[in-house]
Amino acid sequence: MAAVDNLRFEEFGDAPTSLATNPDATTISIEDPGETPKHQPGPARGSGREEDDELLGNDDSDKTELLAGQKKSSPFWTFEYYQTFFDVDTYQVFDRIKGSLLPIPGKNFVRLYIRSNPDLYGPFWICATLVFAIAISGNLSNFLIHLGEKTYHYVPEFRKVSIAATIIYAYAWLVPLALWGFLMWRNSKVMNIVSYSFLEIVCVYGYSLFIYIPTAILWIIPQKAVRWILVMIALGISGSVLAMTFWPAVREDNRRISMATIVMIVLLHMLLSVGCLAYFFDAPEMDHLPTATATPNQTVAAAKFS
Amino acid sequence: MRSRSREFDSSTLNESVQNTIMRDLKAVGKKFMHVLYPRKSNTLLRDWDLWGPLILCVTLALMLQRGSVDSEKDGGPQFAEVFVIVWFGAVTITLNSKLLGGNISFFQSLCVLGYCILPLTVAMLICRLVLLAEPGPINFMVRLFVVIVMFAWSIVASTAFLADSQPPNRKALAVYPVFLFYFVISWMILTFTPQ
Repeated sequence: MAAVDNLRFEEFGDAPTSLATNPDATTISIEDPGETPKHQPGPARGSGREEDDELLGNDDSDKTELLAGQKKSSPFWTFEYYQTFFDVDTYQVFDRIKGSLLPIPGKNFVRLYIRSNPDLYGPFWICATLVFAIAISGNLSNFLIHLGEKTYHYVPEFRKVSIAATIIYAYAWLVPLALWGFLMWRNSKVMNIVSYSFLEIVCVYGYSLFIYIPTAILWIIPQKAVRWILVMIALGISGSVLAMTFWPAVREDNRRISMATIVMIVLLHMLLSVGCLAYFFDAPEMDHLPTATATPNQTVAAAKFS
Repeated sequence: MRSRSREFDSSTLNESVQNTIMRDLKAVGKKFMHVLYPRKSNTLLRDWDLWGPLILCVTLALMLQRGSVDSEKDGGPQFAEVFVIVWFGAVTITLNSKLLGGNISFFQSLCVLGYCILPLTVAMLICRLVLLAEPGPINFMVRLFVVIVMFAWSIVASTAFLADSQPPNRKALAVYPVFLFYFVISWMILTFTPQ
């Protein structure tokens, strides 16, 4: 099989495409002699690519409406088009995850980490991990809560994996779509300085869900207070990342609309976490001990009456 | 091996069915050995086949079934669910690896991922045997230990074959989905409870 791959003709596209597939490729750009896209780290390479694309012209301008600021030079039916969404190194993914865990006021997640290069690797695999984390933790926590009960028979509850997958992936893709549509609509009415492409919004949402993975694992602890504190902490961190990202995009708008947008974003986020907690994790019974001591009395009383 | 078979094309048509089957079985068995004793060799990649993964997937899915009538209340994975998870999981990991810029072909990667389920299938066999004994915490600890060991073996075997095909700065990105894949399968094996 490897021999067949070597014999296949390899298309050498323009500089950005070949750099996307092979970061160490030497490429020549005749347009701008001052620019050397050969061996540069990620962000600089990204800005070089954008200059390149602007000089190349607007051939696929209709395809770039969805991806403002990041033009893909391959048509969307080729494999290379999708490879540009996975053009991240390990350290970049880790940096983005760190950025989503430590929201610093004034530092915009998108501008700092993603502006050069939105990726689909992070959102997709973080969502996949979150799906299994929620399903498995929910199953474990239910098992631990009902451990002593005689009538409890352990079931793996595999259905919940598909339900969790539907919820998480719908949230991670439909909410950014709605938000992007809303921001585009407001952009047509009010001139905003900052505008995000659809991929960047998906990226922010995907990485902001990372905090819920350790939260879901810690939700195994069957204490209501602990669980709600975890909800508050996770919501605080990821909500603030989202709010700080989208505040510059709605700042110039009508005061009420911008506040409503930010509140809506945080509200949907909270709905997701509370909903997952309520559906996948059984409530820990507060009166577990009294029922254990009550049943022997009841059986004794029943024996007396019979 | 491929060119040789073309030369003797007419003879493989005329050979007995037993020869054909034995040749395929020997190829599958040889790959099983490579998985059990992972070395950096190219045999698994060069002559890929999907028979082994199919046999392993069907065996695993069959063993994860309970013989009960009310299987809806069971909550365990159905036959189709196991199948879908294994094959769609393998396809997703392969696509991910190719999108990240790996130079392994689609079916080679499917072949490797499928064959490296072998340790987990062995773990499933052992778990079923252990479950014939009386239930209890010791029973569970034994199963947990076996599943953990086999899970680590699967990961080591598949990374031995797959890691080289990735550019060095993206190895962790390509290996993590493999880890998640085998973790989910191990979870399905560990939580198997007979009726």
